[in-house]
Amino acid sequence: MATGTSYVLEFERPLIELEKKIDELKVLSTSGTVDFSSEISKLEKKAKKLQTEIFSDLTRWQVVQMSRHPNRPYFLDYVHYLFTDFVELCGDRAFGEDPSIVGGFARFDGKPVMVMGHQKGRNTKENMARNFGMPRPEGYRKARRLMELAERFEKPILTFVDTPGAYPGIGAEERGQAEAIAVNLEVMSRLRVPIISTVVGEGGSGGALAIGVGNRVLMLQNSVYSVISPEGCASILFRDAAKADKAADAMRLTAKDLLEMKIIDEAIAEPAGGAHRDPAKMAEALGKTLRKHLGQLAELSPDELVQDRYAKFRALGVFSGR
Amino acid sequence: MAWFSKKPRIAVDTEPQAEPRPSRMEGLWAKCETCDEIIYRQELEKNWMVCPHCEHHHYWAARARLAALLDPDSFEEFDKELEPQDPLGFSDTKKYKDRLKSTRKNLGEPDAFISGVGRIQGHQVSVGCFVFEFMGGSMGSVVGEKVARVFERAHELKCSAIVFSASGGARMQEGIFSLMQMAKTSAAIARFRTGTRPYISVLLNPTTGGVAASFSWLGDVILAEPKALIGFAGPRVIEQTIRQKLPEGFQRSEFLLDHGMIDAIIHRKDLRAKLGQILGLLG
Ligand SMILES: [Zn+2]
Repeated sequence: MATGTSYVLEFERPLIELEKKIDELKVLSTSGTVDFSSEISKLEKKAKKLQTEIFSDLTRWQVVQMSRHPNRPYFLDYVHYLFTDFVELCGDRAFGEDPSIVGGFARFDGKPVMVMGHQKGRNTKENMARNFGMPRPEGYRKARRLMELAERFEKPILTFVDTPGAYPGIGAEERGQAEAIAVNLEVMSRLRVPIISTVVGEGGSGGALAIGVGNRVLMLQNSVYSVISPEGCASILFRDAAKADKAADAMRLTAKDLLEMKIIDEAIAEPAGGAHRDPAKMAEALGKTLRKHLGQLAELSPDELVQDRYAKFRALGVFSGR
Repeated sequence: MAWFSKKPRIAVDTEPQAEPRPSRMEGLWAKCETCDEIIYRQELEKNWMVCPHCEHHHYWAARARLAALLDPDSFEEFDKELEPQDPLGFSDTKKYKDRLKSTRKNLGEPDAFISGVGRIQGHQVSVGCFVFEFMGGSMGSVVGEKVARVFERAHELKCSAIVFSASGGARMQEGIFSLMQMAKTSAAIARFRTGTRPYISVLLNPTTGGVAASFSWLGDVILAEPKALIGFAGPRVIEQTIRQKLPEGFQRSEFLLDHGMIDAIIHRKDLRAKLGQILGLLG
């Protein structure tokens, strides 16, 4: 539910303004005596054309902005659209509860599954609580605990990745941020249930991968996945944080890029203008894709699932020599 | 003053710097990074690159380390022929291809990791060590592959695994491929752990980013050298995020020991004996 204050990206603006005009004409049409219908249909055609123009060929940096769009559907929006009976489970049983990762059991098509994802906030207050979707170690440890629960009860795991990265803070370091991520990578690689990970927004480095080791790794069309943020890469390698657009191009971080490089299994098309323009339709497309892959993975035995996931990640890398 | 090495600056970020400056101590004499004492270079080398005045642990090159810690002539190197590629056609201030070429020419190593099989006090080990001076010990596909093979080899030979880590993290120039090495190496450890041999991880200065957050922190036993910088995010990134100065000693070995994140801090002079002792108990 992309509610709250609507936010408009610079390259979306011409379209949004045109649509506003159309809406105004529609209001006038219904309230007044003058018929604007031909004008409206003309403008609607124009809007459609403009939408295609803007969104058919986004630059990588524009895709990065789309992936961070404040109106973009977040994990809990997908929970709302795709799952029933969601029971949230909290805490790492060691230190605390981290609301930047949310998880629990729920039903998908009536069948119990484990769902979890990074969760960003819609406004400042929510973002303070959710730490802008940047988990601390207890978030990753909660995720691990829930994944192990899912394995014990033989439920598939669906993870939704959407984080700028793991939080770089004093407490996070004191409590072993690196250790928490590392353990998740190891544990996920050996779980004996199906795992499907979908990048729905930002796939920010190790903090994303820590819930991203799936039998299937999917990405929404306008999501990104990278080893470091374009800004970080730009400031370190290009010596200029303002060159983030260049860094985004150099790192090739879009769903299309990752599909071409055979890192991910599928890129899921977004509604015209992006997921935030029609969250329900986005969720429907995502649900359909998850259903298909869950069906395929249901055919595999626990041993085969582990082997399948192992082989998938073992094969990643490009080098010469044997 | 040309025969004194310049005081090195080790800048560590979440991810490695484009051109890291590990401590280079060339010439007949060297100046200690910490106490500024002038040390005869041969004396420093005989002392495992530890300052005889203040015990500061200077960077110890991978091959020298392996030669000193393993039983004499026991090391057999594997996977030497693995060489990096440029899957993204990456270019920043310099082409990645050219950077690889010039680094290789300078160091005589094709990438940032040396691995093989050897013995410590008679115990067979599958072992690997980072070459930090190769692009900040950053992990791309070659490093990830070699690390994974350290564990696969250990599993096959039913021997223990030891990895000495010194790395700024993932190699940005290989983009998403470098990130995926974290998953690959951790998966290899999961498989290795179906056996009963130990993995001893030794954390050196510095170990951060994607290397810290994968196989380095997955040791059955985790040792660190004194005062090594170890953590997920680099100190600069943290300072920029929280907008405050970090406490003295933050993210150093002693800090990690205090917080329960590592098993022990071992002085270099005791490292071989300690590894032998642990292998004797578990290997
Ligand atoms: Zn000294």
